[in-house]
Amino acid sequence: MYKSDFKIKLSIFVSASLMIGLTLPLNAGINGGSLYRDNCAACHGYAGKGGVGVPLSLEGFQSTVSDHYLFETIRNGRPGRVMPAFKQFSDAQINAIVKHLRTFTKAKAAKFSNKALRGNLKNGKALYAKNCASCHGDKGEGGTGTGVTFSRPRNLPIIAPSLSNPGFLKSASDQMIETTLIKGRKGTPMVSFLKRGLTRKDIKDIVVYVRSFEKQKRKNEFPKDDKKAFIKIKSAENFKTTVENIKRSVIGHNFKLIRVQYLNQGMVEKGSENKKQVIVYFCNFRMLNNALAIDPRVGQFLPCRLTIIENKAGVFIYAINPYRLSALFNNKELNKSCGGMRKTYMDIIEEATL
Amino acid sequence: MSHYLKLCTTFIILTFTNSLLADGLFMVRSNLAFPEAMTVLQNSLIKHGYKISRVQRVDVGLTKNKYKTDKYRVVFYGKAREVGEIANKYPDFIPYLPLKIAIFAEGEQTLLVATNPDEYERMYKEPGMSSYFKRWKTDLRSVLKDVVTAK
Repeated sequence: MYKSDFKIKLSIFVSASLMIGLTLPLNAGINGGSLYRDNCAACHGYAGKGGVGVPLSLEGFQSTVSDHYLFETIRNGRPGRVMPAFKQFSDAQINAIVKHLRTFTKAKAAKFSNKALRGNLKNGKALYAKNCASCHGDKGEGGTGTGVTFSRPRNLPIIAPSLSNPGFLKSASDQMIETTLIKGRKGTPMVSFLKRGLTRKDIKDIVVYVRSFEKQKRKNEFPKDDKKAFIKIKSAENFKTTVENIKRSVIGHNFKLIRVQYLNQGMVEKGSENKKQVIVYFCNFRMLNNALAIDPRVGQFLPCRLTIIENKAGVFIYAINPYRLSALFNNKELNKSCGGMRKTYMDIIEEATL
Repeated sequence: MSHYLKLCTTFIILTFTNSLLADGLFMVRSNLAFPEAMTVLQNSLIKHGYKISRVQRVDVGLTKNKYKTDKYRVVFYGKAREVGEIANKYPDFIPYLPLKIAIFAEGEQTLLVATNPDEYERMYKEPGMSSYFKRWKTDLRSVLKDVVTAK
């Protein structure tokens, strides 16, 4: 007993030492490439070619952003635009990732001052509306379809960034925005507006207008009372009738029934499934295509389904709450679709249980 | 596997896959093409004691309906005993069973997405379910690591 007790303590000591040694933020030991691989590559690609995330290896991008911009972007993310905030990383870790990003191209990092530019806000607003809004949105909300990947057709290599995003405004200095307007970004739809005929004064005015987005009032996207993870409705009908009603209601709401199965089907021997726990799967392929175009990760909660169970307390219909789950994606565009889906689930259930 | 060896393995997996915990979602990229990544995924789930109850072929449904997409599947998995226990004691969690991993092609590579079980714990706050969430998280990290590191 003494020997096995000693073995357990020794193994705990060795494992803990290994874990502590590998995770302590010692500058000499921080590997930016590993941090990038483990945290960024899923969206941005191992070599920064992009996918769900923007291509970081574009020379046109790298030559027009500063290390400070990259640092702040990693630190603050882009609220509502998929890119998470990596608040858990130390400064040293983020600097290591930035250093790794710079290995993707030979482009030199830009350097900008933090000085605020001066300009004419009214003129900037008019010029923005004429030259920028068609891509970046009337209020700087950015292009749509933030979740495009190489898995499906895409209209643009990069979706126009949200210039009113608090993460963007915190990361980008006025001078950086100005330089982007002057030079454009090769490899993206962003052109040089100096070449397009705007003057340097015009460009300063636009920058001043974009900076004014910081004053935009931001509304909370989430309804206060909708934080439950699931929807649960008790049916007044018996189990069999409830299942049939759900199937009819699904079809009546313009969905296609794709499968009806038992909850534990495929996990237990055929014939021994719990027949009082049924999943009804359904789909509207246009909605599915649109949802995946907004964010390909949303397949995590597909296909659409309602689960009907009977227990001692009665017959219940269950669904996930898509609106609650949309918070996981940090994708404002998805919030609207998920809100719509929640309403659809409720409508289907309500019709089935009338 | 002896108890202290299991302890060591858990510590090491926690260390190397710590970075997956940045979000409510786990998302990883595999250098394997889709068919190979799918094989590794399914084999790894089975190795961890799960049954693949179903593979939803999302891309097949889309292409049949004239939408363009590359391979996109959802792998449903679970342990019969766990599903039975949870459905009986904690039926409010039923909408999230079976567990699932979305796997889709990204050019010549493959992406995998799954919910971090910590999110379930945050949503449900059910002490009786804590052991399930912890176990699922450890297993999920290990499975995703198998896919990422496979050559």
